[in-house]
Amino acid sequence: MTEEYRDHPVRSYVLTSGRAHPTRNTLRPETLLVAVDGRAVPATLSRPQRELLRLCRGTLALAEAAAYLAMPVSLVAVMVSDLVDTGHLTIRSNHQAHVLPPRDVLEKVLDGLRNL
Amino acid sequence: MDSATSDQTSKPGQHLAPTITRSVKVLVVGAFGVGKTTLIGAVSEIEPLRTEEMITTASVGVDPVDGLQGKTTTTVAMDFGRVTLSPEMALYLFGTPGQRRFWDLWSGLADGAVGALVMIDTRHLEDSFEVLDQLELRTKTPFAVVVNQFPDAPKYPAERLRAALDLLPQTPIVVCDARDRTSAVNALITLVEHALTFPMFQKVLA
Ligand SMILES: Nc1nc2c(ncn2[C@@H]2O[C@H](COP(=O)(O)OP(=O)(O)O)[C@@H](O)[C@H]2O)c(=O)[nH]1
Ligand SMILES: [Mg+2]
Repeated sequence: MTEEYRDHPVRSYVLTSGRAHPTRNTLRPETLLVAVDGRAVPATLSRPQRELLRLCRGTLALAEAAAYLAMPVSLVAVMVSDLVDTGHLTIRSNHQAHVLPPRDVLEKVLDGLRNL
Repeated sequence: MDSATSDQTSKPGQHLAPTITRSVKVLVVGAFGVGKTTLIGAVSEIEPLRTEEMITTASVGVDPVDGLQGKTTTTVAMDFGRVTLSPEMALYLFGTPGQRRFWDLWSGLADGAVGALVMIDTRHLEDSFEVLDQLELRTKTPFAVVVNQFPDAPKYPAERLRAALDLLPQTPIVVCDARDRTSAVNALITLVEHALTFPMFQKVLA
């Protein structure tokens, strides 16, 4: 990589092996992530990938991981996708392609808000 | 990355409870300075966080000087917060600027959202026209209009605002102090109640 490619987006793009889009389109900013317990972290992982796994020792949303890593959500989504493929990370919340969440979910949201 | 930066990424106290298995989101849209981050911070159990997202926008003759035609890439900041609603569920609040040029970002965000709070400042009603147009024409996302009542802003009766903003009779209008948690939560309750009135949630089959 030559000197002119030092800005953050390009560097991140390289870190994700040149793929700009995640393999899974189910990832959203609010998608919950958690690292798989007890999996050794291979030395071949990039530093941001290892940071991501470390952050995900507890449950966090994709957007939170991106904020702590100071990387765009779309680029962290690519890393997440790869780490799910290799069995290091799991996706906790199961998002279907609904325009709106189902009614029972909305009712639970309402109950939760009223109890805050 | 230096060690100080690395230390900041270690936030065990910021993790969700291990029982949380479901997340939902609400968008908070509105013009710069209208109080989006303030409202998010009032509700959130974590300090509001910020991410930058790269977006490609159509540049319709905005910058003839640089000689680029068609598209420009820019970044847009998104503030967000989170609140645990039950042992199983967490709500994320994403704040985004509402202008058309950020549409690519927030149309993706709107996907799967419970709904949107459209924040307005009565001193600059015209700032919200574009957001409202985009939501009505391009999404099925339920929304409520939140009047963030700044001290020196004119107070209009709801029905005058409805006329001025050309809102449907059923669109909720809530007056709010974005700094006050109860007031902000109340705006969210109004939004979810409104979403539940949408035809797709009615139990009677057509
Ligand atoms: N008096 C008053 N000030 C507010 C209120 N909400 C926000 N502000 C102030 O307005 C400014 C802009 O708010 P901010 O939340 O950053 O707006 P954003 O750009 O939409 O995220 C900040 O200085 C806030 O402290 C409110 O309800 N009342
Ligand atoms: Mg803000």
